[in-house]
Amino acid sequence: MILPFFVIIPLGAAFLISFFGKRIKNFADLLANLGTLSLLVFSLYSISLVATHKILVYKVGGWVPPMGICMVLDGLASFMLVMVNLVSFLVALYSISYMQRYTDKPKFYTLFMLMLAGMNGIIVSGDLFNLFVFLEIASIASYALVAFGTEAEELEASFKYAVMGSVASSFILLGIALLYGYTSTLNMADISLVLFSKPSSMIVKFIGVLFLAGFGLKAALVPFHAWLPDAHPSAPASISAMLSGVLIKVLGVYAIIRIFFNLIGINKVTLSILMFLGAVSMLVGVILALSQWDFKRLLAYHSISQIGYVILGIGLGTPLGILGGLFHLFNHSIFKSLLFLNSGAVVYSLGTRDLRKMGGLQEKMPVTSNTNLVASMSIAGIPPFNGFFSKFIIIVACIQAEHFGYAFCAVIGSILTLASFMKVQKYAFFGKLNQKWQNIKEVPWTMWLSMIVLAIICVVGGLLIIPLFRPFLQSAVNVLLLGTGYKEAVFAALR
Amino acid sequence: MENKKEVGMTLIVKAITRLTVGLILLYGIYIVLHGHLSPGGGFAGGVIIALSFIHLMLAFGRETALKKLSEAQASVLESLGAIMFLTITLLGFLGGYFFLNFFFHKGNPFALFSAGIIPLCNIAICLKVGAGLFVIFVVLISFKGLEKEK
Repeated sequence: MILPFFVIIPLGAAFLISFFGKRIKNFADLLANLGTLSLLVFSLYSISLVATHKILVYKVGGWVPPMGICMVLDGLASFMLVMVNLVSFLVALYSISYMQRYTDKPKFYTLFMLMLAGMNGIIVSGDLFNLFVFLEIASIASYALVAFGTEAEELEASFKYAVMGSVASSFILLGIALLYGYTSTLNMADISLVLFSKPSSMIVKFIGVLFLAGFGLKAALVPFHAWLPDAHPSAPASISAMLSGVLIKVLGVYAIIRIFFNLIGINKVTLSILMFLGAVSMLVGVILALSQWDFKRLLAYHSISQIGYVILGIGLGTPLGILGGLFHLFNHSIFKSLLFLNSGAVVYSLGTRDLRKMGGLQEKMPVTSNTNLVASMSIAGIPPFNGFFSKFIIIVACIQAEHFGYAFCAVIGSILTLASFMKVQKYAFFGKLNQKWQNIKEVPWTMWLSMIVLAIICVVGGLLIIPLFRPFLQSAVNVLLLGTGYKEAVFAALR
Repeated sequence: MENKKEVGMTLIVKAITRLTVGLILLYGIYIVLHGHLSPGGGFAGGVIIALSFIHLMLAFGRETALKKLSEAQASVLESLGAIMFLTITLLGFLGGYFFLNFFFHKGNPFALFSAGIIPLCNIAICLKVGAGLFVIFVVLISFKGLEKEK
C-alpha cells in the first residue's frame, strides 16, 4: 500500500512547488523538506514491512502482472530506498541556506524532487520499461541540475553529460527493445521466467553487453567515466552530493545488479567482467584523483574509485563479497555526500574550489573541518569509521575467493585514497590561515546540522554489521543470492 | 521585412494563417477529445495545439502570440496539467488502487463520453505537453533575440 507513495510524494511536491513556489514565500523550502522527510519515514517503515512479508508486490491500477505494471518491494529495494531518502532529506535541509546563493530556488527544488521521483521509481519498479522511463526522468532532471549555475563551465559539463547520458540511454533502450522482442513481455519477473524456459542464445549475451555499457556509463565505471569528473564538480554542491552519493548508484549499480542477478541470471563470465571493471575503476579513479587541485574534482574522481570497490565486492558473487559491496554502497553514499556538502560549505564561505588557495580553515570553520576529517577517515578506511568495515569485508572476501590480485588492488587503492585525503586536509583545513580569509564565518545552521548528522552516521554506520542491525543489510544480500529465484518470489507474492 | 513597423511574414502568409490557425486548434482539440476512440491522444493533440500558437507566432511575430498566451500563463497551465494528472491518478485510491480507472460505469464502446478516466487524463496530458512545447519554443526564440542585441 505504501509503495506508490515513493513516486507520488516527490512528483506531487515537484509540481506543487513549480505551481505555488513563486507565489508563496518559503513554500518551496517547506514542501521539499516535508516531502523528503515523509519519504524517509516511509522508507524506514518499509524495513519493518520487508522483515515481516519478505516481498511485497503492488499492482498499479489493479491490473495483474504480467499484463499490468507492478511495483516490487524486497530487501534490496528497501535498502536502496533508505539510502536514497536519507541522503536526499539531509541534502534538502542543506539546500535551504546553500541555494540562497543561486537564483530561482523553486525551480531547483522542482528539478530536485523530479530527480528523486525518478530514483525512487527505478528502485520500486517491477517493470523493465517503467525502469527506463524513471531512469530518463532522473537523468534529464540531473542534466538540468548540473547546468544550474548557467556559467560557461557548467553548461559545457552539462552538455557533455547530456550527450553521453543519451548514448547510454539509447543502449539501454535498444537492450530493452531486443529483450521485449525475444521474450514478448516487459515485466521483470516474467522476462526471467520466459528466459528460463528458452534455450540459451547469443541474443541474451548481446543484450547483456548493451545493458553493461548503458548502465555502466550511468554508474561511471572506468571505460565509461569521462562525463563524471566534469559534471559532478560543476553542479551546485547539494546536487553533487546527490549525484555522487545516490544517483550513480541507483541508475548504475542498482540497475546492473537487479538486471544481471535477478533477471538474466549471473554466470562466471559476467562476474569476472564486473570484477575486472571494478578493479580498473578503483585504481584509475584514485590515481587520477591524486593530482587534482580542484576540491570537488578530486572528490568526483574518488567517486569513480569507490564505485569500483562496490562493483568488485558484488562481482565476487560470494555472500561475503556481496555483503561487503552493498555495505560499501551505503557507506559511500553517506561519506561522499558529506564530503561534497563540506566542499559546498567551503565554496559558500570562500568562493573558490582551489585547494592551493585555502589553508588553515580549521579555526574559522570548525564544524566543516571536523566533519570533513571524519569523512576523510571514513573514505580512506581508518577504523572505527564505517568505511573501514566495508573495505575490510571486501578485501577479506577477495582473499576467501582466492582473488589475491584484486585484494592487493583494493589495498593499494585504499592507501592512495588516504594519501589524497591527507592532501585535502593539509591544504584546506590545517596549517596557517591565509590572510585573505580573516573575515570568513562558519556556515548557517541548516548546513552544519546536516553535515553533523551525516558525520554521526559515518561514525555509527559500522554498527550495521553487528547482529542487531544486520537483518537490514542481510535481507538486501539475500535478494541477490536468490538470483533468478526472484521470479518465483514475485509470482508467489501475487497469489 | 525591410519595414521595421511591420512584424512577421508577408501578407500572403498572414492571410492564410488567419484562415488556418483556428482549424489547426480545433483539430488539436478533436484529437485530444477522441484520444480514447481513434489514433492520437493527449500527447499528439497537445503538440498540435501548441503548433497552432507557434504558427501564429511565426506569421505575426512574437508579441501577437504572447498576447494570446503569455509565458507565465503557459507555465501555470503546464503545472496545472501535471497536478491534474496526478490528482486523477490519486483518486484511483477511492477504488483501492493507485491509477485505478475508478468510474464504475465505463460507458459504451466508440461513445465519446466513455472510458472512465482516460479522456480526463488525455486533457491533462494535452495541457502539460502543449504548454510545455510552447514555452520551449518561446524560450528558444528569446535566446536568439538576446544574441542579436549583442
